[in-house]
Amino acid sequence: MAPTRREFLKIAGVSAIGLVLPPLPGLSAAKGDLKAQAGLNEKAHGAPLTAGRWAMVVDARKCRPGCTDCITACHLEHNVPDFGNPKDDVHWIGLEKIKHIFPAEAHPRLPESITKLPVPVLCNHCENPPCVRVCPTQATFKRADGIVMMDYHRCIGCRFCMAACPYGSRSMNYRDPRPFIRKINPAFPIRTKGVVEKCNFCEERLAQGILPACVIACKDKALAFGDLEDPRSDVRLILDKGLSLRRRPELGTGPQVYYIL
Amino acid sequence: MLEKALKGSRGYGIWVAFLLLLVAIGFFFYLKQLDYGLGITGMSRDVSWGLYIAQFTFLVGIAASAVMLVLPYYLHDFKAFGKITILGEFLAVSAVTMCVTFVFVDLGRPDRAINLLLYPSPGSVLFWDVIVLNGYLLLNIITGWTVLESDKKGVPPPAWVKPLIYLSIPWAISIHTVTAFIYSGLPGRSFWLMPTMAPRFLASAFASGPALLILLCLILRRFGRFDAGEKAIQTLAKIVAYALATSIFFVLVELFTAFYSQIPGHMQHHLYLIAGLDGHNVIARWMAVSALTAVAALILLIIPQTRKREPLLAVACIGVFLSLWIEKGLGLVVTGFVPSPLERIADYTPTGPEIAITTGVWAMGLLLITIFYKIFVSVRNDE
Repeated sequence: MAPTRREFLKIAGVSAIGLVLPPLPGLSAAKGDLKAQAGLNEKAHGAPLTAGRWAMVVDARKCRPGCTDCITACHLEHNVPDFGNPKDDVHWIGLEKIKHIFPAEAHPRLPESITKLPVPVLCNHCENPPCVRVCPTQATFKRADGIVMMDYHRCIGCRFCMAACPYGSRSMNYRDPRPFIRKINPAFPIRTKGVVEKCNFCEERLAQGILPACVIACKDKALAFGDLEDPRSDVRLILDKGLSLRRRPELGTGPQVYYIL
Repeated sequence: MLEKALKGSRGYGIWVAFLLLLVAIGFFFYLKQLDYGLGITGMSRDVSWGLYIAQFTFLVGIAASAVMLVLPYYLHDFKAFGKITILGEFLAVSAVTMCVTFVFVDLGRPDRAINLLLYPSPGSVLFWDVIVLNGYLLLNIITGWTVLESDKKGVPPPAWVKPLIYLSIPWAISIHTVTAFIYSGLPGRSFWLMPTMAPRFLASAFASGPALLILLCLILRRFGRFDAGEKAIQTLAKIVAYALATSIFFVLVELFTAFYSQIPGHMQHHLYLIAGLDGHNVIARWMAVSALTAVAALILLIIPQTRKREPLLAVACIGVFLSLWIEKGLGLVVTGFVPSPLERIADYTPTGPEIAITTGVWAMGLLLITIFYKIFVSVRNDE
């Protein structure tokens, strides 16, 4: 796909300053993608992966019942505590039934193969995120590449973002998480009690040139990750093939996690 | 003038000591909450706002009592309210102080509360709410205190207060509107996503605030040697009646939209509120009490014979207060979260420490009201 008008203007602007010829959009990201795919499971530090807009495609048909590999990998990577009760629960990825995440599409005649599917849900990294809009301290914000981030050092724990998120993607640390982390990953910060957290699309791994933990952990290749603005990215190649869904698109949030069912 | 709060009757002393005890208990449990985290409350991942934010929402309404006195007195020269306008302003000061405290105790990281000012975010409704609430607090402290001081000296209030008093009228409307916008602008919560939210907040505020004021006036007459006057109280009662009727009307309008359209996303929350979902019906039982009390109170307030009999008027005002407290202080906030975006029906039950902290903040507010009203009565009686 050709670059959007806005990008074109951006690029044109840069070249107008007289620095370089306009680079092909998405080229750098494509390079990064290739590099990452070459050394999938290695924790090698490569060049940072960059993108115009990061996105994920979940092909739920590939999900095995009972499999929680993506959750385990994510929660280990990010020091997500396991309180073992729904009240204090903190999670970045969850598994939900179709009827709960696509209530508009679910109907009684759906085959069991669909209704029983465990579908991974995570932060949608919305194009127009309500959580960012309502945050009174800008502790949650959207990066230029579309990742919706949390600043755990600025969050005051008012939980306005949790009320604003239409997807239930956010968790509050109602208690000190540290004693409830199975195995501490020293490379990632541990949150304090009283702040909100959520999926960060593994921006800390992208910065090291590694794909998100859940994507790599999924042996069934149900999760694809890449630059939505790069026509040769994994996500674009999948999306180009047919119908995909997003959660509650009618709300205008512009979710960047796409589902194939 | 503050020294007037220090001496009083034996009953006054016992009452103040009782409130201080409740504040101390609340503070003790707040320290526990600081230590353990907000997990000490009944709030959860699904129901992430509870009693604290609900009290805040209800008390913004109580703060409206002031404007229902200030407007008739200053804009329409309704003299009967002249004696009690300051009471309304002091009630507003106490209510807004409670509001701000409830928002504060609800924070997960209260040590970072200053971030609200360090990183002002004009896109956030909560940011604006902090601004309008503190502004309203300041306006009412200044105007109430200045007018009372002039009273004490027996001179008319200085000319510069007038513009502030006029400003406090639209400002009162703003605190409800902005508080309603906290809820009514969230895309995923269909229970709150109603343009009627702000007008409904105003209507219920103009009922609950003046109802409490009537009760306080009746108490002052009995124990404080201060008579607000028959005309003032009866006019307030009529205001409560109209506002309550409007508030009930708004609720029925919302019910119609939900149940006639039969859109499941809209109906479900209301079903939870009225009948409960999947056997989760604690809130529904409270709401039944709220609805019955509201209707009974409205009948007592509409019929002139019952409205004019003070014991019945007191009962009606207690009913209005109770009904709207349940509606805002329990139902409105929690129901917005049930069912959750992932359609879970999570029960929310406030815990002991949470109730103790809530009671402590209320006691602090009542203490402020007591002190302000004691000073007011002492100045008026020239003690």
